[in-house]
This record gives sequence, C-alpha cells and structure tokens, in this order.
Amino acid sequence: MIDFFQILFAGFAQGTMYALIAIGFVIVYKATGVLNFTTGGLLMFGAYLAHHAVGGWGLHFGLALLLGAFATGGVGILVQTLVLSRMAGKPHFTLIMLTWAVLIVLEQIPPAIWGYDVLTMGDPWGISMTSIGPLSVFTIDLWAVLLAVAIVVALYLFFRFSRLGIAMRATAIDREAAMAQGISPNTVFNTAWCLAGAVAGVAGIFLGGGARVVSPELSLIALAAIPAVIVGGLESPAGAVLGGVLIGIAEVLTAYYVPVYAPWLGKNFHLVMPYIVLIAILLVRPYGLLGTRSVRRG
Amino acid sequence: MSTTPPSSRSWVDWTDSTRAIHRAAIVHRLDLLGHPLRWLLMIGLLVAWFALPLVLTGFLLKLYVYIGIAAIAAMGLNLLSGNAGQVSLGHPFFIGMGAYCAAVVGGDWGLPLPVWLAACALLGGAVGAATGPFALRLRGNYLVMVTIALVFIGLHIFNNWSSVTGGVGGRAITPTLAILGWDMGDPTLKDRRFAWVVWPMVAVVGLGLVNILRSRPGRALQAIRDRDLTAEVLGIDIARYKVAAFAMSSMLAAFSGGLYSAYVGFASPAEWTLVLSIQYLAMIIVGGVGSVLGSIVGAAVIISLPHATQAILGVIPNTGRIVSQMPGDGGLISVFALIQVLFGVLIVIFLTVAPRGLSALLGGLWRRLEQRVRGS
Repeated sequence: MIDFFQILFAGFAQGTMYALIAIGFVIVYKATGVLNFTTGGLLMFGAYLAHHAVGGWGLHFGLALLLGAFATGGVGILVQTLVLSRMAGKPHFTLIMLTWAVLIVLEQIPPAIWGYDVLTMGDPWGISMTSIGPLSVFTIDLWAVLLAVAIVVALYLFFRFSRLGIAMRATAIDREAAMAQGISPNTVFNTAWCLAGAVAGVAGIFLGGGARVVSPELSLIALAAIPAVIVGGLESPAGAVLGGVLIGIAEVLTAYYVPVYAPWLGKNFHLVMPYIVLIAILLVRPYGLLGTRSVRRG
Repeated sequence: MSTTPPSSRSWVDWTDSTRAIHRAAIVHRLDLLGHPLRWLLMIGLLVAWFALPLVLTGFLLKLYVYIGIAAIAAMGLNLLSGNAGQVSLGHPFFIGMGAYCAAVVGGDWGLPLPVWLAACALLGGAVGAATGPFALRLRGNYLVMVTIALVFIGLHIFNNWSSVTGGVGGRAITPTLAILGWDMGDPTLKDRRFAWVVWPMVAVVGLGLVNILRSRPGRALQAIRDRDLTAEVLGIDIARYKVAAFAMSSMLAAFSGGLYSAYVGFASPAEWTLVLSIQYLAMIIVGGVGSVLGSIVGAAVIISLPHATQAILGVIPNTGRIVSQMPGDGGLISVFALIQVLFGVLIVIFLTVAPRGLSALLGGLWRRLEQRVRGS
C-alpha cells in the first residue's frame, strides 16, 4: 500500500510538470488562438541551458533554473515575433503546421550545440529521497510539486490582479473589444509566449533532473503534455492542471503496474497511456473535461 | 398557390441555365485534350512514362519509384486535409498498416499481387472509416491531437505485435510480385518494372480524385472545409462526407504503404513515426494544399530533398566540419537534423509566402503558355 502511494506521488510530480506545460499552452491558445506545438523544442532549451549553467559555468541550481526559464521565455517571444506575429487570423491548418515546422527546427538546435549524448541536469538533489511520514519520495519530485504550485498561484494572481494579466484575460474573451480599449495586441501576444516558454523551461529542467536525464528525447516527453491540455479543455487553465495531474498519474501507475499485472499490453505501454486517456475522454467529452462546449446552431 | 414542394436538399433554386453554366465551367477544367498544347502534354507524359524507366539508372530510378509511391499517399492526405479541411498527422499509422498487410497477405499467405494490394486498400479504408466517430465529434485542434495519438498507439502495436511486424527490429516483406505472368520482383529489372507499374497508378488515382473534386462530392468537401455549419445548413450530409474522406485517405495511405514495403522488401516500426507525418504534410504544403497536381509535385520535392541535400553536401568540399553523417561525429549538425530543419523551413516559407504551393505557380505558367500559343 505504501508502494502505491509512493508511485501515486511520483505520478503527481510528473503530472504537475505536465500541468505547467499545459498551462503555458492554454495561455497561448487563449491569447492568440494558436495551438502551440513548439513546446517540446522550448522545453529542451530550458533543460540544456540549465545543464550547461550548472555543469559548465558552475552556477547555483536556483540561478540556472531562473536562467533557463528566462531564456526559454525569450525563445518563446522570438518565435512569436519572427514567425507567428503576422499570421493571426489564418486557418487552424496554417497555424498548426507553422508551430510544427518551428518545432522541428527548434528541437535540432540544442543537440547541435550540446551533442546527442545523454547529459545530467546537475540538480543538487540527484536521486536522494525525503521521507514524508511513512512515504519516501524523490527530493526533486517534492521540489517540483512545490514549485509548480507556487507558479500556478503566481500565474493566478497575475491574471487576477495585474494590469497586464487583466488585459490578457480581456483579449482572450474578446480580442477586438480589448484592442478598442487600447490594449496592445503585441504586448499581449509576447507576454503569452514568454510565459508559456518560461513555464515550459521550468518543466523541462525538472523533467530532466533527478534520476532522469537531459536528451533530445525531452521533446517527445512534452508531447505527452499536449494530451493533458486537450483532456482538460483547451480554454481552461484549471483543466490544464487537472489534465496534467491525471495524465501524469495514469502514466506512472501504468509504468509500474502494467509489466506486473498485464504484460500482454507490451513493453513501454506507459508511453501510449496519455494518448489512450485522451481518446477515452474525448469520446465522452469532445471538448475536454473543463473546456468550453462550442455552441452549435443548426 | 404553387404546389411545388421545396427542394429538400437545398434552399437555393437553381434554374437550368445556371446549372448549365456551372457544368460548363466545371467540365472545362478537366479538358485534357481540348487544346493543341494539351495533346502535346499528354503525348509527352506517355513518352515520359515509357522512356523514363529506360533512361534513369541506379539511384535516380529508385527515387522516381519512391516519388510515385509517396504521391499516392500524398494525394490521399491532400483530399482529407486540403480539400475536406480535416488536418491529420495520422498518416504513418495507415501507411504502416498497409506495409504489414502486404507482408501477411502477400508474403505469409502468398496470395497474388492484385489480391494483397486490394487487401491493403480495404484494410486501410475500413480502419479509416472506423475513425469516423472521432472525425464527426471532433474539430480542428482536438482532431489533430487524436491523429497524433493514432501514430503513437500504432507505433506501440507495431513494436509489440511481433508475429506480424517482427517487433522493434522489423521484418522482411516479400509479397508475390508477379502480375499477369510478368515478374516485377526480378532483381535486375525490379526498379524499372516498378516504375512502369507505379506511375499509371498515380495517374489513375490522380484523375479519379480530380473527377471527384470537380463534381458534387468535391464541392461538398470544400464547403465543409470552408465552413462546416454553413455546409450543413446547405443540406450537405457532413457526417457521410467526413467519414468518406477519412476512409478514402486512409485507403490510399495503406495502398501506398503496401507498395512501398513490397518495393523496399523490409519494414521496421521506426519508419512510421511523426517524422513521416511531417514529411507528408510538407508534401501537400509545398506542392499545394487542395491540389491533386500539388500532391505529386510536393512528393517529388520532399522525397528528393534528403538525397539532393546529400548530393550537394558531397559536392561542396569540407562540409564535414559543419554537417556530419551521423549525430555526434564532430559536425555542428547531423545530416538527418539538417534535413529536418530544411523541412521545417520549407513549410514556414510556403505557408507564409506561397500558401498555394508550387502547383499554383506551375498552373500559372501553363496558363500563360496556353494563352501565348492561342494568341499567336
């Protein structure tokens, strides 16, 4: 039973990382209408840079984390400015393909700089464990959860109280009305991409830390966060958190229990688990758990 | 009071004359032999079909076959994504399915070529139609995500169903290749014979699709793409058309996958990944979204791109320090990575600068040529 709760916690920690990525997603989607597939590429920048900051420059992990987040946010702004700023209002197909195209370019850059070998993050916790009551969990997982909660609270406060946050919410509700009130679309779009990039960077750093590694595979891990956002509903930050945690727990539980109880499902079944959860939920709720049901007249 | 009942299909009262105008406009577009230049074009294409396999040798001949096979799947994807507007990244799943169907039906069971090719198409079509519920319930971004899920789930099945797929390591795929007593599999003549057989298939599929697109179903698909609510109000049975588009697209993908694996003689699950999805979407974007000709041109460009890149790198001296053959060979970027980047850049350039693709440019040139000939 203790085992189960420990695995549950590991899943929860993984899920909070997915939730962070998913929130970045929702922010960009609401502000700009773009389904941002570049996340995997952005996340790699955060992870590789943090690796370099700790291992190469000998910075403190906290500083490396900040650096990774800022740099990834910067890359986000760059993508928005260079590629997507002029494409507002284009069809879904165009926008989706543009972000895919940017992704396949982005994800080649970190390996070109740091190589294809598996690297370590250099986080101060390594594989050390902390005990909470009867549970003993990876220290990095504990930090990941705490940080994710802090970021979610900070984002909530930002959208609730800051001028820019309110402006972004207004844009999400009705872009034209917001523009008419003097809100600059560029500021809103850039902020959205910057926030999405920064939270992806943080998630990338934690997804590559502890017993895990930094490698080009990180980009694929981010793809598992996209089911999270779809499961939660594209327009809902709360849905992103819910979806992320759900997918994370489903994935880790599968990784642990399927080889023992259902080996006939095949090796690495946990890697497809997010997509199976996605399909199952979409069959029941085609707009996600907390998404807005599109109004159909006809 | 008139007692004529209102049409149940549409509230637009087409008079016969407007119908005739429409029909004339549409028929004109498929006027294959109406203009002297078109006679020349058709004869040229026939000569090319016969002569190219004789003229091309070695790798270029193989490339020519690969392009034809890819063009068939690209046309299917273009019908679904370009004409019906249902963006799909799930193509590799269906292509892989065709490959293993060829392996089992044509190889393990040893059934003749027309049978296993038909089996590939049928299987693809049936599974594609089975994705119908998603196509109907989901739109835009949600649908894209499900097609991505399809690729991952397919990969998992291909990796684990070893008795059919050979597992992670892949398997030999050697279906019967004789057709009407003519052996396409003869090792010395295989490339040439495949080239002769594949390109007529491209032509048949292409003409079939052009025909579908210029008639009622084609316009229905485009109405669905442009605005599905409006299409529904106009009396188009959206459900039927969406499922049909999915089925047809997957059918062509599986058909192409069967041909491809039979030609290569081997398949491993590593081929049916999202990388392949991107290549196929790149084909239709570069060639021309919604254009049959565009699918073929796009297939030619995207299939040639990796080889052209290699060839160009081979000509320029000292590229080894920048571009290495394998990842981590000391170069700044591997050839594979460079080619991925080129795909990405091509997609961005075409979407932003020439959203109608190469086929629109080619079509414009052709029309200008026709006008000049007619004018002189």
